Amino acid sequence: MAGLSYFQLYLALVAALIGALGFALGVPTLGAAPLVTLFFALAALSLLRFWLPFSLWLDGALAVLSAVALIEALPAGPTPIHHWLALIAGWAFAWLFVERLSAAIRAGRLPETGTGLLIPIIFGLSLLVVWEVVTRGANVPPVLLPPPSAIWARLVAEVPTLWADFVQTFIKSVLPGYAIGCLAGLVVAIAVDRSPFLKAGVMPIGNFMSALPIIGIAPIMVMWFGFDWQSKAAVVVAMTFFPMLVNTVAGLNAASGMERDLMTTYAASYWQTLMKLRLPAAGPFIFNALKINSTLALIGAIVAEFFGTPVVGMGFRISTGVGRLAIDLVWAEIAVAAVAGSVFYACVALIERGVTFWHPSVRGGRA
Amino acid sequence: MTRVIPVLTIVLAIVAFWYGMAIHMNAPWQERLNERAGLESVAFMDFAQQTWAQDKPVLPAPHQVVGEIWNATAALELTSRRSLAYHGWITLSATLLGFVFGTALGVALAVAIIHNDASDRSLMPWIIASQTIPILAVAPMVVVGLGSVGMTGLVPKALISMYLSFFPVVVGMVKGLRSPEAIQLDLMRTYDANPWQVFWKLRWPAAMPFLFASMKVGIAISLIGAVVAELSNASGGGLGVRLLTGSYNGQTIQIWAALFIAAGLAAALVAILGGAEKWVNGRMGARA
Repeated sequence: MAGLSYFQLYLALVAALIGALGFALGVPTLGAAPLVTLFFALAALSLLRFWLPFSLWLDGALAVLSAVALIEALPAGPTPIHHWLALIAGWAFAWLFVERLSAAIRAGRLPETGTGLLIPIIFGLSLLVVWEVVTRGANVPPVLLPPPSAIWARLVAEVPTLWADFVQTFIKSVLPGYAIGCLAGLVVAIAVDRSPFLKAGVMPIGNFMSALPIIGIAPIMVMWFGFDWQSKAAVVVAMTFFPMLVNTVAGLNAASGMERDLMTTYAASYWQTLMKLRLPAAGPFIFNALKINSTLALIGAIVAEFFGTPVVGMGFRISTGVGRLAIDLVWAEIAVAAVAGSVFYACVALIERGVTFWHPSVRGGRA
Repeated sequence: MTRVIPVLTIVLAIVAFWYGMAIHMNAPWQERLNERAGLESVAFMDFAQQTWAQDKPVLPAPHQVVGEIWNATAALELTSRRSLAYHGWITLSATLLGFVFGTALGVALAVAIIHNDASDRSLMPWIIASQTIPILAVAPMVVVGLGSVGMTGLVPKALISMYLSFFPVVVGMVKGLRSPEAIQLDLMRTYDANPWQVFWKLRWPAAMPFLFASMKVGIAISLIGAVVAELSNASGGGLGVRLLTGSYNGQTIQIWAALFIAAGLAAALVAILGGAEKWVNGRMGARA
């Protein structure tokens, strides 16, 4: 049994039996999908693992084979039952592979770096495969959920439009709004921090405001600042201001009394203490706000575009795409937004690693 | 009381600033109105009164917003489609349903993550990545898509709220369920506790403070999700619809009133959860 846990044994059994069942059902149509048939045969053969030691990489290879076979066999008319069995068996093999892989990593038989990254990638890819197979196999109307291949085709075909939307929404609205909102939050936090009275008054209101649906001010901002990017940037400023304020004020208290006493014994002025001790100590809190705001800003700008915009922009494209039932274009726009948001977040996280290199969470390599 | 005075001072300052800004921002339109009516050299206080009483002001004065809230809630029948209480209830029900879904999903995912190494490694990165999809921005599309297959009304909006609110719950619960220290787990082992007992008697109570902190974040963004999801379906009602129709018709007072109701709802929900947190923590024997 080559050191399989009970859970893994059950998974292996389920995968192999479903494969054997699919083989039995699929025999009459053997010629139609040779790769699927091959997968079923190998899956049934994997029952041999109860007598022979199977490498975990064989499970991975079986999962890959099932994905390739399924997608290759898809366009052939109505989906027969054994196709769905192949999907379930393929999923079970992928899961078994991931289970054994993570067990091997934990036991120290495989290196953490590299192979550890493999697991989430496999999960994402299998999600895409299931999405593709289910939408095309079950004839899900493209209005509801287009398959990933159609979204990709649309993405490639519409690059100029998507680029124009990206420039309008991200470069013109999000970045200036993000910069102004975060900077204003930082400056106000430092000002508030000087006066205990102001701090006692502003902080409850700041905490309160950051829990409120600030995104609702979008229609007001469109009325005040017009339809173009200025109103979107204003929404982003309002949304990013309060998280920054709350986090920075908390961070400015992070330096301990002993460290502040040391600065006092050095006869450091208020500004010296602020620049050399308290702001650096607040770094992790400030970056926390910067990371929260990086995704908030994009969302705010896109939602604000629902309340009126020139005929360009991601929010505009999404709302008109829904109206014209061009859902694949909408999903292409979602993909662009997701990638833009992730890259923005990753940039902030990278800068954080460089700036707050001394913090335990960064030194532990888990930031 | 030491906290009340500073907060009151700031609130008063904001209200005073607001009245001042209302004069400033409504002035151009009021001047044009007065010019047309042939009024010249209006005294400043009268002019200020005029700017605070416009029908469609650029910035409504606070008392106008309060008046609108009063007219649209207490002075109307609850079931009237013009009543903010009616629209508020639509939004609140979607929020609560989505919040319950989201919390259940978040707790389930967190339990799976702490008990299974493979799901920890494969799920966690994608749960984080799932939040970079601006679901809030595409919520109206999701609602229309679900509507085209016959799913309308409360559930699509609740699904948006769920998608937004499960994330803080997962993150908080994973942290909370892992918060018992090794020494406590060792004690459970010396008692010969099975995994089930370790979960219910140690991990679950230890996770409660984390769960409540996450739920407070979750319910606030679940309300945002419900409001935004309403933007697409004008016949369904809700605070989001009031915002949108107010925006189309230039009814600024209506927009502000809907905003304040939404803000009040969010504050009330968070306060209720805060109360529940105190009660549960007391029952769990946490130090006050």
